[in-house]
Amino acid sequence: MHADAPAAPAADLSTEAANVYVRPTVWQRLARHWAVRIGGAAMLLLTLVALAAPVLGTVDPTLFDPGSRDLLPGATGEITTLEGESVKHTFLMGSDSFGRDIHSRVLYGTRVSLIVGIACALLAVLLGVVAGLSAGYLRWLDMPLMRVMDGVMAIPGILIAIALVALWKASLLTVIVAIAIPEIPRVTRLVRSLVLSIREEPYVEAAVSLGTPTLKIMFGHILPNTVAPLIVQGTYICASAILTEAILSFLGVGLPTDMPTWGNIMAEGRVQFQQFPHNVFFPGIFLAVTVLAVNILGDGLRDVLDPKMAKRA
Amino acid sequence: MGAVLEIRNLAIALPRGGDRAQAVAGVDLTVERGEIVCLVGESGSGKSVIAHAVMGLSPKELKAVAGEILLEGEDILRASPERLRELRCVRMSMIFQEPMTALNPVMRCGDQIDEVLAMHTALGAAERRERVRRVIEEVHLPDPERMMASYPHQLSGGQRQRIMIAMALIMNPVLLIADEPTTALDVTTQAQILKLIRELQQNHGTGVLFITHDFGVVAEIADRVAVLRLGTLVEMRAKADLLARPQHEYTRMLIGSVPGIEPKRQGGGETAPLVLKAAGLSKVYRSGGFLSARRAVHAAEDVSFEIRRGQTLGIVGESGSGKSTVARCIARLIDPSAGSVSLGSDEIATVSARALRPLRRRVQIVFQDPYRSLNPRRTVGEAIIEGPLNYGMGRAQALARARSLMETVRLDPDALDRYPHQFSGGQRQRICIARALALEPELLIADEAVSALDVSVQAQVLRLFDEIRERMNLAMLFITHDLRVAAQVCDHVAVMSRGRVVEYGATREVFGAPRHEYTRALFAAAPGRGYTFGSPS
Repeated sequence: MHADAPAAPAADLSTEAANVYVRPTVWQRLARHWAVRIGGAAMLLLTLVALAAPVLGTVDPTLFDPGSRDLLPGATGEITTLEGESVKHTFLMGSDSFGRDIHSRVLYGTRVSLIVGIACALLAVLLGVVAGLSAGYLRWLDMPLMRVMDGVMAIPGILIAIALVALWKASLLTVIVAIAIPEIPRVTRLVRSLVLSIREEPYVEAAVSLGTPTLKIMFGHILPNTVAPLIVQGTYICASAILTEAILSFLGVGLPTDMPTWGNIMAEGRVQFQQFPHNVFFPGIFLAVTVLAVNILGDGLRDVLDPKMAKRA
Repeated sequence: MGAVLEIRNLAIALPRGGDRAQAVAGVDLTVERGEIVCLVGESGSGKSVIAHAVMGLSPKELKAVAGEILLEGEDILRASPERLRELRCVRMSMIFQEPMTALNPVMRCGDQIDEVLAMHTALGAAERRERVRRVIEEVHLPDPERMMASYPHQLSGGQRQRIMIAMALIMNPVLLIADEPTTALDVTTQAQILKLIRELQQNHGTGVLFITHDFGVVAEIADRVAVLRLGTLVEMRAKADLLARPQHEYTRMLIGSVPGIEPKRQGGGETAPLVLKAAGLSKVYRSGGFLSARRAVHAAEDVSFEIRRGQTLGIVGESGSGKSTVARCIARLIDPSAGSVSLGSDEIATVSARALRPLRRRVQIVFQDPYRSLNPRRTVGEAIIEGPLNYGMGRAQALARARSLMETVRLDPDALDRYPHQFSGGQRQRICIARALALEPELLIADEAVSALDVSVQAQVLRLFDEIRERMNLAMLFITHDLRVAAQVCDHVAVMSRGRVVEYGATREVFGAPRHEYTRALFAAAPGRGYTFGSPS
């Protein structure tokens, strides 16, 4: 029920404002939500780890030493620098079968995972928004565009990614693009359905009769009203992209095997999992914690920004 | 003493952050056996809160903090959930505003009524079926067998409300609560439902607590009237007495705000230049084709009228009559299927989108729902200057115009940088008017622009429309379902029914001596004809 000030002439704006309950801003509500706090704190910590990787007791993650193969966590051994010198090093998470430091590889791997996750989310949301806005607002584009999206959705995302990486040379950029493409249809569908309801709002019709050009209506009136669900969807894409990247690497069809990614480390340690579980354990823990943190953050954002969707879930 | 319902000193708290501490405070109210008590108030007055508290349906945030609600002497507020379940439908029932959402869409109407019997009686299936049949006959629905087998969406709004009433009355409760039961219905349907409630209530001796915001409805149905304002009862007296001699200032203001049904404007201005001329305007929606049979719905057919500068034409009709379709065709929000619309010397019905752009600014429209007409993410100032900016005005100049328009619509010019949610419904509607005026249009269309507003606010906005029309010498097209509103602002009216204009003429003539039978039916159904409202306060 709307609290319409009965009979109060409009001139009373000032007195009315005085006893109006001040709603907490979006930022305040975000800062109070437990899931946003926990997920956000975990993500912040991971970002710091990724940025500060060089000073956290690591060496260059590509360095190896045949004498230090298959060390257990905490063991001390030697590692050969690029200049050919042998230096003493403590292998906090042990070493792999090439004698590489897993601790260094896992921490540097955080960089790859976060870059892939965030870049994929941004790319998929950006392209999905353009496609979804066009399909939802320009009705003639709807049919062809959505049928293409249906087609993309009909193929498992991981297969498309494998095929695309196989077509191009495997690099960070190609992996990001390959993972983002299968996510586009989901964003497109979300945006399209939002646009279809928003375009019927009287304020959009009012903009039409005010002579506002179509592009300005799409990006100025409709897009801002889809932002909240988009941010939420973006976090979910981020989590799934991090997972997909690890899967691709694990299968050996992702980033080059010498790059320190969690998937690569696990793939390398897979064979010896029985004897040396630490090879898989540490990157696995980082992967699980990261994906969990992103998803918790996403749930919190959804509760605060998009309460209607939160109730449905 | 035959009090069915006795509310004593009831106070219900609002959650923190509400606009006041208590939703209702110190309310005393009785409903005697066999009488209809109307609870009248504007939105936010707490009338629905009381109704839900009586039914024991209040959400847990709205807790009764004082007082008692006695249903035949038994305190509802202290009854257990099991006891409440026993009382509902058996001793007290409720009907709601929107029968479509109050009925289960995937259950046949007969089964829904039967459910009540199965729950509260030990009757066998055949007996129950017979009783359902009887009650459906009692609410005057044709062909009871077919009604019982129908799903809610297969019935009209009026029929659905009859089903709701049948369901509410099948256990013969002593108290019926009706929460705006006719607000979502057309006037002719409303008149029938009001008559039905009256008839059933007299046959069964039920006490009725009837919640409404409409004094026309009060005049039709009430025995006694209670006026609620911001959670407190300001006045409670017999209907005739209250309507004729309201004691409280607020009641006087409310009754004074109800538009009278006597046409107010003289007409005239027949020599002023023609602004808009619609000829043979039609809009046909086609569906199907390819696999199913083609269907064509004629939303508007062969509609013709003209509006001169300084004049207001009203299009009056019930829902689905095509009045909004006509408005939207003229604003070219949809493309008409046939006919011509000329604005001055320019044709706008058929021109291309490119050629239309310079013409758009000359026709502006104000919509019904003030809560959805403004983009929630834009400040009011941005909304008002959008049009002028689109047509190449500088930002500073546009803002200056916005400030002066805010004054025109009686809002504080300093409020331009606020967002729509900081304004009430009436204020938002003023902002929408300012936005429309920013382009200095020749024709202003108001599509049910005052229908969603409380009567006191409605009266102010109507005055504002009148003032603006005079000051800017505008032509206005006023779409409304409310004859009283039309009587207040229109020089001419066109009555629409099923996509056609059935009667068109000067307001005085049409209201004084309606010729078409549909117009006559519409007038006969208008609630509260016997009373003169709108005495200047």
